[in-house]
Amino acid sequence: MEYRRRAFLGAGATGLTAAIAGCLNSGSDGNEGSIAGAELALATTTSTYDTGLLDEINAEFQDRFGVQVAANAQGTGQAIESARNGNADVILVHARSQEDEFMRDGYGVNRRDLMFNDFVVVGPSDDPAGVGDTEQATAAFEAIASAQATFASRGDDSGTHTKEKVIWSEAGIEPSGEWYQETGSGMGNTLTVADESSAYTLADRGTFLSMQDNIDLEILLQGPIEGGPELLSNPYGIMAVNPEIHDNVNYQLAMAYIGFFTSPEGQELIANYTANDQQLFFPEALSEDPDFQQYVPEGWQPDSGGE
Amino acid sequence: MPFEPIAEPNYLRSVIRVSLTVSLTAIFVSTLVSLPIAFLIGFADFRGKRLVTAIINTGMGFPSVAVGLFVLLFISTDGPLGSLDLVYTPEAMIISQCILAAPVITGVALSAVESVDDAVRDTAYGVGGTRTDVALITLKEARYGVITGILAGFGRAISEVGSVLIVGGNIAYADGTSKTRTITTAITFETRRGEFETALALGAVLIALVLLVNGIVMRLGGR
Repeated sequence: MEYRRRAFLGAGATGLTAAIAGCLNSGSDGNEGSIAGAELALATTTSTYDTGLLDEINAEFQDRFGVQVAANAQGTGQAIESARNGNADVILVHARSQEDEFMRDGYGVNRRDLMFNDFVVVGPSDDPAGVGDTEQATAAFEAIASAQATFASRGDDSGTHTKEKVIWSEAGIEPSGEWYQETGSGMGNTLTVADESSAYTLADRGTFLSMQDNIDLEILLQGPIEGGPELLSNPYGIMAVNPEIHDNVNYQLAMAYIGFFTSPEGQELIANYTANDQQLFFPEALSEDPDFQQYVPEGWQPDSGGE
Repeated sequence: MPFEPIAEPNYLRSVIRVSLTVSLTAIFVSTLVSLPIAFLIGFADFRGKRLVTAIINTGMGFPSVAVGLFVLLFISTDGPLGSLDLVYTPEAMIISQCILAAPVITGVALSAVESVDDAVRDTAYGVGGTRTDVALITLKEARYGVITGILAGFGRAISEVGSVLIVGGNIAYADGTSKTRTITTAITFETRRGEFETALALGAVLIALVLLVNGIVMRLGGR
């Protein structure tokens, strides 16, 4: 908390707010030239946090850099919003369209592809809508809609919800009616709700695998990891918050974190992380032939004039 | 740690510590603010007293999520108190719990002061007491009500989840040490990822804590 605290001390302890704030700050000096004991504010998604991956990465990062990572796990939409407000140093999210907007608006810098897994369409094992017979995400959603089978939607502008809306729109369906229920909560919650009400839902493979023991839902259609449709791919991106827009952010620490996460060591940690003996995330940052598109908005071409 | 059915003791301990530190600090601060207000209003007679009382009583029902959002807008880096860097800190949670608890303590203490029988005050005057003596007698008579108010405020603060989730962010470090994860937000989080056993254990701890604090305070209060 040091780097935050310096600013706080500088502002002077005025009024009740400041007096309260002083109560809990445990004593330690603000070491101007050092990052030791500092804290990195990470805004991220529930899927990376709830699966336990970040606990593993962050513990290793702390060992190496002596910096604690305060991970605030929200949906992608909320994570980006808190970064826009200057309440995070670095964000790790999975909705490319929202990431690009964040970068175009100047709030984010130095985006890297980090890792990927895929989305799965899950549902009750008796599969009343026949999703198990479909091979495309759009066909699966069409089957659910035409059977009016209960579908639990995140409804929270998260990366998963963003993907779900893309699939509905590609299928040419505007989901509505009593069968389409928005939970407005995280992936784990939504899976629990879907499980209790025998509903279908779209889930990231990581969260589904980590919760598999607690629920009876089954994977009925899966994404590219198991040879399924490309539409169900789920890439994660990491980027720093622009220190010129929010001068309170710790840009150097953010870049150290991105550097660690995208290093051979960080990527290996991702590859070795398993739940129920299955790999949850697949590293994507390192390649002899890096994908140029990770540094620029998706689909950007040099001749498009940068817009 | 994430896939073990029962959480690490260190994790539970640090979550409980954050919860208690935040809520007890919040109660301490709001008691310091609330009791003088309650006594001033209770002893004074002025126009609009009923309106003020009504406002305090309304405050007892403030929705905690709304208070959390309000506090967040104030302390967010872009907000008026942004330079204090309070967002997602225990201090932020203390502020919002103060706002939630203060009307409860003020309201209950006020009604305790006002319900002290006029006969008691008259008697105190009658036997030659000064204004200060009368005030002290009234306070002594009202003390159980005041303690009840503080306990009610504490119960509200420690069991509240909406505002601490918004202003605190439910943050724990990788080693399981809580920064802003309280018992209630931990229950939300553990439920979200299907760790119902851990969530239940935390729920039991929360109930036990509230019982314990009530027991201790009641004993200190002389009953």
